[in-house]
Amino acid sequence: METIILFAPLLGAVICGFGWRVIGEAAAQWTATGLLFLAMILSWVVFLGHDGVSEQVRLFRFIESGTLATDWAIRLDRLTAIMLIVVTTVSAFVHLYSFGYMAHDENFREGESYRPRFFAYLSFFTFAMLALVTSDNLVQMFFGWEGVGVASYLLIGFYFRKPSANAAAMKAFIVNRVGDFGFALGIFAIFFLVDSIDFDVIFTAAPELAETRLTFLWSDWNAANLVAFLLFIGAMGKSAQLFLHTWLPDAMEGPTPVSALIHAATMVTAGVFLVCRMSPLYEFAPDAKTIVVIIGASTAFFAATVGLVQNDIKRVIAYSTCSQLGYMFVAAGVGVYSVAMFHLLTHAFFKALLFLGAGSVIHGMHHEQDMRRYGGLRHKMPLTFWAMLIGTLAITGVGIPLTTIGFAGFLSKDAIIESAWAGEGAAADYAFWLLVIAAVFTSFYSWRLMFLTFWGEPRGDRHTHEHAHESPPIMLIPLGVLSLGAIFSGMVWYGSFFGKHEEVNAFFGIPAHAEAPAHAEAKTETGAHGLAGEGKAEVIGWHPGQGAIYMHPDNHVLDEAHHAPKWVKLSPFVAMLLGLFTAWMFYIRRPEWPARLAEIHRPLYLFLLNKWYFDEIYDFVFVRPALWLGDVLWRRGDGGVIDGTINTVAMRLVPFFTGLAARAQSGYVFHYALAMVIGITALVTWLMIAGGTH
Amino acid sequence: MTLADFSTLLPEILLSVFAMAALIFGVFTGKDRSAPLILWVSAGMLVLVAMWILSAGGGGRTAFAGMFIDDAFARFAKGVTLLAAAAVLLMSEAYMERRGLLRFEYPILVVLAAVGMMVMVSAGDLIALYMGLELQSLALYVVAALRRNSVKSTEAGLKYFVLGALSSGLLLYGASLAYGFAGTTRFAGLIAAAEGGEISLGLLIGLVFILAGLAFKVSAVPFHMWTPDVYEGAPTAVTAFFATAPKMAAMGLIARVLFDAFGSVPGDWGQILALLSLLSMFLGAIAAIGQRDIKRLMAYSSIAHMGYGLMGLAAGTALGVQAMLVYMAIYVTMNVGTFAFILSMERDGKPVTDIASLNLYARAEPGRALAMLVLLFSLAGVPPMLGFFGKFYVLQAAVDAGLAWLAIAGVIASVIGAFYYLRIVYYMYFGEEGPGLDRTAMPAMAWAMLMISAAAMLLGTINLFGVDGLAAEAAAALVN
Repeated sequence: METIILFAPLLGAVICGFGWRVIGEAAAQWTATGLLFLAMILSWVVFLGHDGVSEQVRLFRFIESGTLATDWAIRLDRLTAIMLIVVTTVSAFVHLYSFGYMAHDENFREGESYRPRFFAYLSFFTFAMLALVTSDNLVQMFFGWEGVGVASYLLIGFYFRKPSANAAAMKAFIVNRVGDFGFALGIFAIFFLVDSIDFDVIFTAAPELAETRLTFLWSDWNAANLVAFLLFIGAMGKSAQLFLHTWLPDAMEGPTPVSALIHAATMVTAGVFLVCRMSPLYEFAPDAKTIVVIIGASTAFFAATVGLVQNDIKRVIAYSTCSQLGYMFVAAGVGVYSVAMFHLLTHAFFKALLFLGAGSVIHGMHHEQDMRRYGGLRHKMPLTFWAMLIGTLAITGVGIPLTTIGFAGFLSKDAIIESAWAGEGAAADYAFWLLVIAAVFTSFYSWRLMFLTFWGEPRGDRHTHEHAHESPPIMLIPLGVLSLGAIFSGMVWYGSFFGKHEEVNAFFGIPAHAEAPAHAEAKTETGAHGLAGEGKAEVIGWHPGQGAIYMHPDNHVLDEAHHAPKWVKLSPFVAMLLGLFTAWMFYIRRPEWPARLAEIHRPLYLFLLNKWYFDEIYDFVFVRPALWLGDVLWRRGDGGVIDGTINTVAMRLVPFFTGLAARAQSGYVFHYALAMVIGITALVTWLMIAGGTH
Repeated sequence: MTLADFSTLLPEILLSVFAMAALIFGVFTGKDRSAPLILWVSAGMLVLVAMWILSAGGGGRTAFAGMFIDDAFARFAKGVTLLAAAAVLLMSEAYMERRGLLRFEYPILVVLAAVGMMVMVSAGDLIALYMGLELQSLALYVVAALRRNSVKSTEAGLKYFVLGALSSGLLLYGASLAYGFAGTTRFAGLIAAAEGGEISLGLLIGLVFILAGLAFKVSAVPFHMWTPDVYEGAPTAVTAFFATAPKMAAMGLIARVLFDAFGSVPGDWGQILALLSLLSMFLGAIAAIGQRDIKRLMAYSSIAHMGYGLMGLAAGTALGVQAMLVYMAIYVTMNVGTFAFILSMERDGKPVTDIASLNLYARAEPGRALAMLVLLFSLAGVPPMLGFFGKFYVLQAAVDAGLAWLAIAGVIASVIGAFYYLRIVYYMYFGEEGPGLDRTAMPAMAWAMLMISAAAMLLGTINLFGVDGLAAEAAAALVN
């Protein structure tokens, strides 16, 4: 069954991409979509039927070279099962949605066939993503990792006639190369240290790695920390974390279904998945975890601030994605991987919903994306409005405080904030406060988007507004399904991801006797002694990697988060209200305020509008010098030195000798005889001089 | 002179008797009308004898007190030579027929030349060497001038004869020096005269002269000047013969003399060969660039290829000999295919040799163009064609023997040389519109040779058809 899930999208991609000329466009699209729905149904069967026990399905021998021997295997555990439903569900409905969204596209000429290509890319992406999440070793994962990168590149640049789309595609690919370089180095380091790339072996060796030193870049490092950090660089690239985030907003050049699938719900969460997958390693790499927390929190804050002032509807959501990914990293960094996965799951639903909703608006508004030209659309497209409203309620975290009733984001985001509060060290405190502030901003920009789009007076081109229309049913069905996810996914799985320790353990297949840490903590609370002894015993009894995630016996963040004070639990809700109120004041009550505020704090406004000038700084520091160097090597090095030498030899020297040889070939026998005689004279002379005589 | 001596020579005797019988048959029957019959029977005989020789295993035997040596090396060289001669005979029939050149002497002369070559590679004595060489050369002088009413052909024959005589003179002078200083003409005696790695100056000079005479036969620089003119002037079928069998035989003879007679001082002749090899590779590569005539171009191509063959010998090791044998076998195969194609180049029923006539040939005849593409890539030494492996073998032998500089020079020369091979490919596939070749069907045998040769260049990469094993055996027999 797992094999069918993995390869159905590949089959769809191949049939759709290569076979559409034979079976026709529509049939090709339906084949790809149908196969994905099949994969989705099977994924849900797997997810719901999964008992938490890890299992491996070996398919074939993948690589055998020296001591590197690895199979292509499907690793099926809770993490994989979660990712399976996320990927296949969103992907299936995005396929469906694309029937409507891609029906007519001005970027392609009349009669030009682009839809099968689009669907083939989508299906190929899904296959690569599934390969990534089902991987049983790092190289297989890297295969999927690069596969989704390629698919992302192809889809961002799908409108290949738009120079901006091509530039964005290249940017995404190149920035990801930086991250992939770190990832690859991490894989090399692991192979160097453990002599294997299989997860089981790595996880078992993780405690040893924590004791190992490794020399890298002229200095001595703790092996576990170094490896975890290198892998995190890969995760930063794929998940658009601070410093490697610049590609994600530009990636919105791609068609909106792509943004929903790849740049919101699935691919960008691969980094979070990687950290959770490698949790046995991270648990032994405290410094790396600290870095994860700091980067995650900073990203959440940074992206939220930039999101405040963007005007392009897709860019707002893109920065929101970036910010939410930061939340997930904070959760993973403080050690509650289950919560990171929880937010990943809920976020996939509500963010895909928001993107598809935005796509519906854009579709209805004839590809207008600037929110300043929207307004009052809730009457024109009521169903889209409701879907977007549900998405906004979910992302801003609306629910009944101190209970577990609320929209998806309410439960998962609050869980992260509580975990951050419970986390150890200054980094966790830093993260907690930044996340709360980011929650204010999240609420503000999300409601700003809603108010600008659906409330107020129509501000754009009158013609466009008059012809604004609701999207066809084929686009609304996915919105409806994802709305259900955005409403209920939090409440349904709260207990599994962030409930009692036993519940979480059972969900993730962590062996039963691993509950000991909870007992150990209970003992600490009652002042009992012997915590250290207990912990050690557990390390021996419970190997890292036995469950889908691993939490070190000393890691009590999950339990402490449950016991967070009431003000902590209330803080995200208050933040949400604050953001909502401000947004309401700015865009409903006093629409003239934003302009005035921007006027007063013009430098700050420009700073945010220009995304903290990251692109400009990178352009100056990296892009220009690289271009300059390339230019020098090209013109001087390649053109001058290499081409110059070759040209001189090929264009002057060789023809010169050719001419000489032709002239010697006079046709006269006596010339030829003379050459022979000269030849033999020279040979004899040379032999006599050069030491033939001994 | 016992029966055993004669039985060792049986293949040679058989072919000689056959040649004379065929001559008489030709004279007393239909003369030129019986030429096709004689040609086919001759080719059949050559193939049969080749098979017989190749299938005869066992160690080495000598006859007539060491004048004649029959060992694995001789068998390998004879096999390649005879098969090449047979292939050229077969593919040239139609060409000769159309040009009115199919005289009944032609196949007989080829058989006699082949007998000469067999004696050459089996020679164990300077006298036997000279006998074989002259038998071969005399036959070749005649076939070069086969087209008696053509000035070019006659000129080619005459030039070849005059220069060949000069080279024979050099060789004889060297042989007499060797005899004078060693007191014997037997190779076994010559090698004994150089006991302990020392060799007298007179003997050494004799060696240089002998080498010069033999270098003429393989057209190594600076004894190559006859090659382009003769290749161009001789009828194409004869050129094809020149480019294949005699090259193998002469190369074998050089190896035979150097290892059997002067094997104790490989350092001395090694440097001469290295020099000849270097000059040949570069002159072959550079001078061919200026050629527009495909036959002249192939002349320079064979000069360059002989340079690589000599590189293997210059290494002075068993591996080097093996590399040379493999190289020559591949070279002969490639040239058979290429000349089969050149034989079919016609415009308005007349043979053309201008490479510009191949413009856009791939559009007219994609199959043949593809076969030629494979052969030309192979000649240039582009992997994965067989030609690459031949070069690889000799380069490896040279590097192993400490001749890395020669190997590097060989690589550079092959890069330069690749230009003119690839230019032909360029013409065939991307050239300009122009008067092309006639679109007539190729004669079946020529077509078969072209396709077999091209296929061999691709399929041979799997295991070289086991030729390298045979060559290793042959090299082991020669170098001991």
